[in-house]
Amino acid sequence: MARMRVRLTFPTALIQEPIVYRLVKDFDLVINIRRADVKADHGWMALELEGDEGALERGVKWLKDRGVQVDPIERDVIVP
Amino acid sequence: MEKLNGLRCRECGRHYPAAPVHVCEFCFGPLEVDYRYDALKGVVTRESIAAGPPSMWRYRDLLPIEGAAAVGHHVGFTPLIRAKNLADELGCREVWVKNDSVCHPSWSFKDRVVAVAVTKALEFGFDTVACASTGNLANSVAAHAAEGRLKSYIFIPADLEQGKIVATLVYSPTLVAVHGTYDEVNRLCSEIADKYRWAFVNVNFRPYYSEGSKSYGFEIIEQLGWQTPEHIIVPCAGGSLFTKIWKAIKELKTLGLVDGPVRTKMHAAQALGCGPIVTMIKNDTDVLVPVRPHTIAKSLAIGNPADGYYAYKAAKESGGAGEHATDEEIVEGMLLLARTEGIFTETAGGVTIAAAKKLIERGVIPRDESIVICVTGNGLKTPDALQDRLETHVKIKPSLSAFDRALADLKSQTS
Repeated sequence: MARMRVRLTFPTALIQEPIVYRLVKDFDLVINIRRADVKADHGWMALELEGDEGALERGVKWLKDRGVQVDPIERDVIVP
Repeated sequence: MEKLNGLRCRECGRHYPAAPVHVCEFCFGPLEVDYRYDALKGVVTRESIAAGPPSMWRYRDLLPIEGAAAVGHHVGFTPLIRAKNLADELGCREVWVKNDSVCHPSWSFKDRVVAVAVTKALEFGFDTVACASTGNLANSVAAHAAEGRLKSYIFIPADLEQGKIVATLVYSPTLVAVHGTYDEVNRLCSEIADKYRWAFVNVNFRPYYSEGSKSYGFEIIEQLGWQTPEHIIVPCAGGSLFTKIWKAIKELKTLGLVDGPVRTKMHAAQALGCGPIVTMIKNDTDVLVPVRPHTIAKSLAIGNPADGYYAYKAAKESGGAGEHATDEEIVEGMLLLARTEGIFTETAGGVTIAAAKKLIERGVIPRDESIVICVTGNGLKTPDALQDRLETHVKIKPSLSAFDRALADLKSQTS
């Protein structure tokens, strides 16, 4: 099992969609939300994803394809 | 003197022992160094600071290292210049430029944070330091690792221009060029930092690393004779420098080292092509909307800044504002500083000059109040930003008569 600590940022268009539910249901990932702030027009979640390594990769790719920004928990790892 | 309580989560307040960790295991909030101000009060005095070396290490008691500095002994204590010519141009009474374009050894304020991180890495017994960077941070990590006889790994996106690599490669680090998008490289570096027992300066050492920025703020206050200026304009990338200057001012106040009340308003400066923190301040919202950077101010190009929220809070708390600068205004800012004060800053400095000018013109910063403009890097690092915008004025054949004619032409043009 692999783990990943990420921060998801949701654009307005995705606020009403059950993104986290789909991650659990479709990719068989264990989700542990540690902190979040979701408003009517914007939202973010700091969470831990756990699952098969391939499923994690597919889940992250699916998130990005849907328009969710996926960052490592530190966010700005690359610094100018 | 036991000066540290350890680390503390900025979100949930949980305490951790001083260790190379950076994220709260409970809420994933960022960790910050927690000092015992009660023990420091009366011990850290203006006199004890003045008795220290002419470098950032004169504030060693307020930095998170246990012993002496291990590297970067000459970092900091850069000039705070009374910029009379610039003040005249801006129509202001009192303008100062805090000039880290001459910070030793790698000509940017990043030397301050890296010197602390590398010293702390040695204290924790690490033999390897690392970072992921496209510019100033890479230069500084490689330089300080060389001085400290540490191995260093520098990760860069594979498409980075060759010219930007030279000032890092010269120190003989292991440079790893990663093929992939910015997001892929970012995530890979996070995973590497998690897996290897290296001091990744801006990841697992971030709580210590970021404290080095406080020295920039300490110096401003000491160099102003322990007075706080009414305005400080700070360039923002990740937002850390902004929050740490504010923290520095508050620490000096807590320790009784500041004359009078803290009157400083902290203003954020960002490029229009990458300005999510300034957008938060302008819209007065604590929601940071990430952006895809598109600006010549590469050294400020962080689209989802980790300290954005805290920078917004510091701006609010101090009563400060924020301003964006277009690429054109950034170049004009660089040229204005060079033309008036003889200081060649990189694009980030152009951003602060431009933002200051706009804040003054908008009346946000009154012309009769004291203003400190932060210049954090050297223009010789980013000459490409000016490449096609400057031209040779006079081209002549090698004869005195040719020069005489050219000079006469010039005089007639300007008369």
